[in-house]
Amino acid sequence: MSDELKTPLLDELEKGAWPSFVTDLKSMAGKSNMVKDLLRQLEKSYRDKRGYWKHGGLVGVMGYGGGVIGRYSALPDEFPGVSHFHTLRINQTSGWFYTSKALNELMDIWDEHGSGLLNMHGSTGDLVFLGTVSDELEPTFRAVTEKGWDLGGSGSDLRTPSCCVGPARCENACFDTMALTYNITHKYQDELHRPMFNYKYKIKMSGCPNDCTAAIARSDMGVIGIWKDDIRVNQAEFANYVDSGFNVQEFVVEKCPTKCISVEGKEIKIDNSNCVKCMHCINTMPKALAVGKDRGVAITLGAKAPIVEGALFGSVMVPFMKMEPPFEEFHDLLGRIWEFWDEYGKNRERIGEFIVRIGLATFIEGIGLDPIPQMVKQPRDNPYIFFEEYYKEEEEK
Amino acid sequence: MAGEISVEQIADDMYSMVAESAGQKKLKATDLTKAMIAKYGDKVTKQDAKDAIKQLIDSGRCIYGYFGGSSIEIPHTEGAANQ
Repeated sequence: MSDELKTPLLDELEKGAWPSFVTDLKSMAGKSNMVKDLLRQLEKSYRDKRGYWKHGGLVGVMGYGGGVIGRYSALPDEFPGVSHFHTLRINQTSGWFYTSKALNELMDIWDEHGSGLLNMHGSTGDLVFLGTVSDELEPTFRAVTEKGWDLGGSGSDLRTPSCCVGPARCENACFDTMALTYNITHKYQDELHRPMFNYKYKIKMSGCPNDCTAAIARSDMGVIGIWKDDIRVNQAEFANYVDSGFNVQEFVVEKCPTKCISVEGKEIKIDNSNCVKCMHCINTMPKALAVGKDRGVAITLGAKAPIVEGALFGSVMVPFMKMEPPFEEFHDLLGRIWEFWDEYGKNRERIGEFIVRIGLATFIEGIGLDPIPQMVKQPRDNPYIFFEEYYKEEEEK
Repeated sequence: MAGEISVEQIADDMYSMVAESAGQKKLKATDLTKAMIAKYGDKVTKQDAKDAIKQLIDSGRCIYGYFGGSSIEIPHTEGAANQ
């Protein structure tokens, strides 16, 4: 094959307003036959309207059942550079904080052992090393672990736990997302690396109901920060919003999903007993409003993308749980969920599909939870969470 | 009672199951665990089964495979592999 790289169809992808992965690949094609053949095979796929990858299911590193995704070209003679093109998932840091030194070390390893192509970050959250040959898997694994990194999850295991930046950079964080992610990652090393479940199990931690990790849509178990008491109000700052000409009525009051906000003069009033923690008012007027002080998490279960069955959103199983180290209550619940799913789940059945199949009532009985009204199905479509003790206190006043 | 059957014995039994089903049925960790508990009752715990699988994998007698879901298999060359 000629060394000349002609990719007229891929070139079209460089013409839009957004940065193009094609441009990135081309910038590396000059120094990597693997990347060059990747572009060529992709161009052929676009032209022929079919994929030319074969799925490898056995490649990996010794002792681990996850972290490596095998890929082979279906046209190895035509594109020898991608005859093998395996992916490694590298367990990302909590909150995705890296030093330049750490990233440079990783990329030096990947330039030496693989294509040099990096995806930050994959859907589960990992750093994704794209493209290497079978013989380089163990050397890559050795090199990254020597620098203190590890592989992430893949297959029927606990997928790499993922979280938002939490209290490191966000005043809305209702719990320490990074601490819990770190704790889960270390506590469940076997579950992460040695596939033992019916199917994958994803846990995502979001510090507040803004849900920056999309836990409610993309994780089997969403751990989402929430508060039980009242939204904190700084009336002086609210008055500043009004004085600045900000249209509070249009942009806040009328957009409140439960209409629990009213304004009298330059004073905001919130009926907290009807607040569903949608975060809109807090996001819109962050200087005037803030999350409450009685903080914890809501735990959702069952979200998934439409691979085997249709897409599901998470539903609330635990409306409020305090979330502080050593997180015993959380681990106890997780253990009961895994035990029950392990015992009665089917092969390739996600926890959400399992709940749908056996029924919510059977499921919550099976994991030892009492049914309560706050177990709201897919709460972004329904009124969210109410905490009766606060209404009672309000009424008693 | 738990612990009466050695992890080595459980691993050997599991290996036999995997070897017998090779090419016919892909067995998951849960399949092996349930089979051992069915065979030995409360003489085997889930942790025993987990330890046995770990021994099979770490010794290289078995490997993890993935085809839709994860399975435990006898080491072999996969069909998709290019030489």
